Amino acid sequence: MNAVQMAAVDGITIAKRNVIKIKRVPDLLVFTVMSPIMFVLLFAFVFGSVIDMPGISYREFLIAGIFTQTVIFGGTWTGLGLVEDLQKGIIDRFRSLPMSPAAVLIGRTTSDIIINVVSLVVMSLTGLLVGWRIRTSFPEALAGFALLLLFAYAFSWVMAVVGLWIRTPEVYNNATFMVIFPLTFIANTFVDSSRFPTVLRVIADWNPVSALTQAARELFGNTNPAMVVSDAWPMQNPIVATLLWTALILIVFVPFSIHRYQKAVSR
Amino acid sequence: MADAIVAEGLVKRYGNVTALDGMGLTVPEGTVFGLLGPNGAGKTTMVRVLTTLLKPDSGKARVAGFDVVDDARELRAHIGASGQYAAVDEYLTGAENLEMVGRLYHLGTKPSKERARELLDKFDLADAADRVVKGYSGGMRRRLDLAGALVANPRVLFLDEPTTGLDPRARIGLWDVIEELVAGGTTLLLTTQYMEEADRLADKIAVVDHGKVIALGTADELKDQIGGERIELTVNDPADLERARSALTSFAVGEIHVDANARHVTVPVADGSVALVEALGRLNLEGIKVRDVGLRRPTLDDVFLSLTGHEAEAATADDSDLAKEFSR
Repeated sequence: MNAVQMAAVDGITIAKRNVIKIKRVPDLLVFTVMSPIMFVLLFAFVFGSVIDMPGISYREFLIAGIFTQTVIFGGTWTGLGLVEDLQKGIIDRFRSLPMSPAAVLIGRTTSDIIINVVSLVVMSLTGLLVGWRIRTSFPEALAGFALLLLFAYAFSWVMAVVGLWIRTPEVYNNATFMVIFPLTFIANTFVDSSRFPTVLRVIADWNPVSALTQAARELFGNTNPAMVVSDAWPMQNPIVATLLWTALILIVFVPFSIHRYQKAVSR
Repeated sequence: MADAIVAEGLVKRYGNVTALDGMGLTVPEGTVFGLLGPNGAGKTTMVRVLTTLLKPDSGKARVAGFDVVDDARELRAHIGASGQYAAVDEYLTGAENLEMVGRLYHLGTKPSKERARELLDKFDLADAADRVVKGYSGGMRRRLDLAGALVANPRVLFLDEPTTGLDPRARIGLWDVIEELVAGGTTLLLTTQYMEEADRLADKIAVVDHGKVIALGTADELKDQIGGERIELTVNDPADLERARSALTSFAVGEIHVDANARHVTVPVADGSVALVEALGRLNLEGIKVRDVGLRRPTLDDVFLSLTGHEAEAATADDSDLAKEFSR
């Protein structure tokens, strides 16, 4: 077996193990799914009652933003799973086995895709109930969901590094908020970022989350010519920009997190 | 006989704390080697270096013929390790845990399943095989963790404080399991804080302190070195202290220690219970009233007191805590 085959085979073994946990602790999935429902309802009815979007209902504008925020939150499970494995000492066992050094990370990031798929399904249904509609073709909509999952997968590797660095669940939870809130709020996720003050607007234009959200909106057809879209390159080419961001994140964070993992020692 | 483990001059520092300070040891194949020492002595760090989890700052070590740094990947296929904290997945069943380990040793799906059942039987966990580990007792978790270390029939086995935190019954149960195991010829390196455990299981014991081996020998050799058993007694009347000393001189195999404040007399003896009965008879004959008397076996504290001149102090943090602190 070469290194790539071994990483794949061992990664599947670890992913299976993680899926068994999802099955045995269903509360985990229940609450993971409840929070996006809450977000859809809160934003749709609280913000939606005061925000007017040109040419489009706020709820239709909002849903792609909530999708983005939720799949990025989904990435935090990756770090949390690793922190728990470190706490419980099982990482020591894995590291003393002749398995691929990438397998625990590959397995973890892979099994976390399942959580995001379930979240997306539930959010889509909730969105449809509050007035969100897909106005493009089926393949385009599918591409939209695929892009969300792909970016979320890459982001999982970022949170893997955070988890391996921080190592305590309580601190990790706080640290994720520090990463995720600015990332998802200084963006076009919930409001029209073209009306931000200059500094925030520039950050929002180049924030990968904005590119992803804009790409999702275009692929679901939740845009309107009356809406101002920034001239910044990522906002004009959001799909390409998202793919480039995804590749860049993977190129940097996959080797980085494997390096951190090899140095990580339980307790 | 070839040596299964050879380590020389291992050094590992965390910041300005030295966990291993030139530690070295040699373990011949098919023998049991005990690393005895208090928390913070460097035992866990040593096991982590030998099981490829940590790279030493300097020094060399070979296990089963493989260098722990240069050949780490190949070495892992030939060792099994079980840590101080049972490294099992509590959301999987016992069988699922062992099957997963088998697959990660690349034994294949079917052999992994068979091996799992075999080990669960052997470790008296067959009835609990399909139950989720969350419901296991501490002793059951340890047995499962130990089984996990044996999945690939390793040539060299490392057990880091295998019985710490277990109740006496579970401890004795685990000792039986380990004894059976090493009877089959596995080389074992075991760390422990308990003299009794090292005594029962190890062919050779290294006493470690501050990251170094400070004494090496069989259990008997070490006990001889630290004086073996002793009679400890307290007399009623301080005036009897010196009389007691001279009455007991003939039983002593070393220097008799008298503590006037506590009215204590400590007499190192060779043949414990016989000496105790005879000594009491002699004291009775002399009319010396004894308030309290007992026969004491050497403890880890005695080993430390005798070897280092200081008590085996409860370290402020054990070395695994340090590892966590400094590996960030």
